[in-house]
Amino acid sequence: MSGLADYQRRFLHALGDAESHFLPARQAGFDVYRNTTLRAGIDALEANFPSVACLVGRDWFRAAAAAYVEMSPPEDPRLMFYGDLFPAFLDAAEQTADVPYLGDVARLDRLWTESQNAADDIPMPSAMWAELTEDGLSSVTVRPHASLRLFRSPHPAVTIWRASREGRAVEGELAWQPEHAVVIRAHMQVTVHDVGAPCLMFIEACASGSTLAEAAAHTHRFHPDAAIDRILAGCQLAGLFVLAHGETNP
Amino acid sequence: MSTLTAGLGFKPQHIDEALACAEPGVWLEVHPENYMVDGGPRLAMLDALAQHHPLSLHGVSLSLGSPVAPDTRHLARLRRLVDRVQPAMVSEHLAWSSWEGRYLPDLLPFPRSTEALLRVVENVQRTQDALGRRIAVENPSHYVVVEGHEWSETDFLAELARRSGCGLLLDINNVHVSAHNLGYDSREYLDAFALHEVMEIHLAGYAVDESTSGSLLIDSHDAPVDDAVWSLYAAVIERGGPRPTLIERDGDVPSFATLLDERSRAHHLLRHGEVA
Repeated sequence: MSGLADYQRRFLHALGDAESHFLPARQAGFDVYRNTTLRAGIDALEANFPSVACLVGRDWFRAAAAAYVEMSPPEDPRLMFYGDLFPAFLDAAEQTADVPYLGDVARLDRLWTESQNAADDIPMPSAMWAELTEDGLSSVTVRPHASLRLFRSPHPAVTIWRASREGRAVEGELAWQPEHAVVIRAHMQVTVHDVGAPCLMFIEACASGSTLAEAAAHTHRFHPDAAIDRILAGCQLAGLFVLAHGETNP
Repeated sequence: MSTLTAGLGFKPQHIDEALACAEPGVWLEVHPENYMVDGGPRLAMLDALAQHHPLSLHGVSLSLGSPVAPDTRHLARLRRLVDRVQPAMVSEHLAWSSWEGRYLPDLLPFPRSTEALLRVVENVQRTQDALGRRIAVENPSHYVVVEGHEWSETDFLAELARRSGCGLLLDINNVHVSAHNLGYDSREYLDAFALHEVMEIHLAGYAVDESTSGSLLIDSHDAPVDDAVWSLYAAVIERGGPRPTLIERDGDVPSFATLLDERSRAHHLLRHGEVA
């Protein structure tokens, strides 16, 4: 190992070892590096998971974040993407046993960030939707907008997430039931729409290359009561789809 | 493009004032890492800024001091940003911040050996080749005495510039902070600095570290530029001539108007050769 590499290996080790005998680490100034590297990770998590931070309070959050930084330190210098395993970390943490929805709230924060920074894309224009005939439905394939993310939770995590993002308590009595959502940045603003399981199934069928008609039939098979026309209208309004390349216009 | 005088570190909360700002010579600096995304409002904001003002991309994570070559994915992302916003300047630090796939969000020191010099020269050359342009490399803040230096920092930077063809970014607050922390004379350091290679100057505020009873200064960017730093700056401009100068502010950020006031002091000095 070169002198430079050996020095940096020892420096890194000393950052995590308060008792280190590495010469620079025996100076008071070394704590500046310890503090900066740890705090940057914690600050990034606090910025990336604002709904979780609001729910659990700053002290609890920063303690949990510090434990996460130690376990899973940053790899990508783009710290706005730091914390991909933080939802799973919260799921597994003993202290979150009485807040089983916390990991899912973190997942929704994460999907929000992914959607916010995804590639720009142009939703299929409403005029094109309006012109869709029944023939069109059976020939047109669409693909999800680049910023579209799907979310499923066995908990009312969407309601809790939304209240937390808005800095308020959940209004009324919380119905303890599964909640699903789509996260989309059809224009420059990320929006989270509550949707049902049939809607997610329809979107996934479209994403896998089915025509609109095939996706509708597939969804209907598993959810005979689903109002496909309303799902389609909702997807159109929210700008979830882009006309797939290589397809002729309807 | 008019001659760049004094610029400001851009803060997203100042986007409207920044776009409306028509001060002559103003330019804005951003950390490219914050804009390495595929699309969305961050990039749209940067595009808008680039249409109104010259930009400087000031990287914090290339890890030029690493014993391995810079991450090619990171260089490719940086190249895309450079192509997109056509910045007036691109800069990085004389430091390391990554180790075997791990990113350490800080600018860490290393022994300035000849081995390190050759390595940094190669890393800077790879970066300049990937970007198709010259970059400037900044002197870091120091908090600990590192053993094993074979080069003074000023000689190391001058030799780096000579061998790699890069320019230098002189951070005068870093000089002030490091000279205090390591116990050397900031004026002697600046006298030895290769001012002819300086493409850009940074000014910032520092904090006094409470935990060490004031024996350490921290390069915190959370206060106005200190008078001692202004005084060093005036001496540098007098000796080396005007250079694009940035007021950095990352913490306890005041209004855009307050930052513009502070910036006008540097602007005035660059234009008229005197501290207003």
